[in-house]
Amino acid sequence: MGPNKPVVMAVTNELTIMGLDDWVGQIGLRIAAGERVLTLFGRADGNNHVIATAVLQATHGRLAILRARALRTDSFDALTTRYPSVQMFERELWEQTGLTPVGHPWLKPVRYEADRQQTMHAHPFFSVRGEEIHEVGVGPIHASVIEPGHFRFMCHGEQVHHLELQFGYQHRGVEALLLKRPLLSLSSTVESIAGDSSIAYAWSHCAALEALSDTQVSMTTERVRGIALELERVAMHLSTLTGLATDIAFLQGGATYGRLRTAIINATMRLCGSRFGRGWLRPGGVRFGIDTKRRNDLLVTLADFSRDMAEINDLMLTSHSVQSRLKGIGTVSHQAAADIGLVGLSARASGVAIDMRSSLPGRLYESHPLALLTEETGDCWARMQLRMWEVEESVHWVTHLLDTPDLPLDDGEDSDDDLLTAIGPLWHDTLCISIREGFRGPVVQALETRADGQLVHYKVQDPSLVNWFGLTLAMRDSEISDFPICNKSFDLSYCGNDL
Amino acid sequence: MFKSIKVRISQGSQFIPDPRRANPTGFRGKPVIGAEACESGCQACVTACPTQAISQDTQAREPIQIDLGRCVLCGDCEPICPSNKLSFSSDFRIACTDRVGLVLNRSRTAPDPVRVSAALRQRFGRSLKLRSVSAGGCNACELEVNALSNVNFDIGRYGIDLVASPRHADGLVLTGPITRNMADALQSCWDAMPAPKLVIAVGACAISGSPFEGSSAVERGFLDRFKPTLYVPGCPPHPLTFVCALLDLLGIQS
Repeated sequence: MGPNKPVVMAVTNELTIMGLDDWVGQIGLRIAAGERVLTLFGRADGNNHVIATAVLQATHGRLAILRARALRTDSFDALTTRYPSVQMFERELWEQTGLTPVGHPWLKPVRYEADRQQTMHAHPFFSVRGEEIHEVGVGPIHASVIEPGHFRFMCHGEQVHHLELQFGYQHRGVEALLLKRPLLSLSSTVESIAGDSSIAYAWSHCAALEALSDTQVSMTTERVRGIALELERVAMHLSTLTGLATDIAFLQGGATYGRLRTAIINATMRLCGSRFGRGWLRPGGVRFGIDTKRRNDLLVTLADFSRDMAEINDLMLTSHSVQSRLKGIGTVSHQAAADIGLVGLSARASGVAIDMRSSLPGRLYESHPLALLTEETGDCWARMQLRMWEVEESVHWVTHLLDTPDLPLDDGEDSDDDLLTAIGPLWHDTLCISIREGFRGPVVQALETRADGQLVHYKVQDPSLVNWFGLTLAMRDSEISDFPICNKSFDLSYCGNDL
Repeated sequence: MFKSIKVRISQGSQFIPDPRRANPTGFRGKPVIGAEACESGCQACVTACPTQAISQDTQAREPIQIDLGRCVLCGDCEPICPSNKLSFSSDFRIACTDRVGLVLNRSRTAPDPVRVSAALRQRFGRSLKLRSVSAGGCNACELEVNALSNVNFDIGRYGIDLVASPRHADGLVLTGPITRNMADALQSCWDAMPAPKLVIAVGACAISGSPFEGSSAVERGFLDRFKPTLYVPGCPPHPLTFVCALLDLLGIQS
């Protein structure tokens, strides 16, 4: 048995199809036994039925797929009442298929999708009642250059009792669109699902198509993709650090992290033509390898970068004004993070040690592991610090690959590997779940084929879908003035949530 | 204090002295259509283009044309052409004041240059305030619009700023294909801006909606009512494309 892979496949007509209640019961038992729900979704099956799928991950990393078939008018006892970690999945399942989780404490549409014609007006905000309670609404358009979303604060004086997030403004109908377009030209659309995570999305998409078509990509391709993903992580963590520093008026931080990010994304552009890695990864491989010249160029860039990064980190971390503004603000406890099922960096900052690069390493991370880093305090400070450490670790990892001469990164003389191989037809009647750990957390894509090998369902899940609730908890008993830094410290995706 | 000085020294000067003369090494920018004849009946690039930016008129002598308003500069067409007819240069000055001017073919090898507007120059030449609205933007355009204000591109030096309130804004920077769920908010923002005002369409989504074309969740009626003054292509556009377009539009020296 090799390492756990970040891709799992199943022949759909060999899967046990459970009844809805049985399915819900099984999921409940597995969660109770310590497994995590990685994703849970449904799709229409004919006019009247729904196929529901849950993917669970055991602590040792292995994935299990549970399936059910039900009438679309069916209902079930909501798991959320016992396991809050599935609350968004149940809301989404209800919005997308009509299956009703009875007893769900807050059953509202996630994104007000076009075909169900739900309106925001029909779903009022949570209301806190009492003397001198007031509400503050912000958005969808915000004061800075940022995606739209609505934040509703329920306050007593300065104290925030509750924050409700209302999204959907960014809904572009991505999942439906991915089924309409030709299979092999989906990459650029996938790169725009959450455009700041283009590489994580492209990789998870490519890996799914490769698995479904039985295409083996070379280790050279895997390494180049790995480098691309870590460059994206570094760039986006720097973007968050820039924003955090600016939000607390620590101007040197804003200026320096900003220009350090420019250095990284310009290096990405020198490798693939785009500052966001667009057009780099394609099904079957990568369009650009890293030749000796570019290898050396990137090594120089990263060496200069590391020196300056250490300097600004030191300044920021030892500054009393930064410490007093961020420490103890926006705390999500370890218990809360585990209960609500936080993933990615937001979970690791609260001491929950999960990272798909460690639990589902596949060939690449098995040969070249990355350290799994966590912080304990779960506050804005922890999320900031963890970003700094993850940047360091990623740069260290990329430098190691670049510095090892017998690891080819191009299809030159030292390597027999092809960078790009053709994709054949897809397996029929197959479900494929593909996962990559982007800078926010696991990007999950589930593709299912019919008897003729055409896609029947394309499900996309951004880590933000579950992590936004972490921001809500972080704001409890804080003040509205803490909101910008709390929001920035999570740095979640609006369009990733809205699709 | 000493740490702060150290950071200041290593920071040095990071601004790009003249954006018009910048050289973004490696950037996949303006498409170049080569002179080679197309293989007869070949539709390879047309088929490969994910956003239908390339069209082909098989009757014409020069059959290929590329609409930069639809193109996402992904480069998927380049390796697929059997006659190596398509390539990309690092030319980033691809913005245009006219939608039709973005369609490249043999007679129009580069987008029509941004026309300086005397009226806009007089009103906004020394101070232009922009309000950004993302209406389905994927955060790539938004990050690049944000980058305009960083220490590298530093548009503040030309009197151009991104402002928080539409009441303070002269121009609306539109990113994203305009989702149905954002259509009302976008209109409210525009209504809140005092005249004279202009719309700047940034990115393939805003210009043509091509990346999300065919989705029932997109509602682009706003652009039927208000014609953009400036089109900034790309996916996302390079900040240099945007900066230079603004400088050209307002006739600002760099």
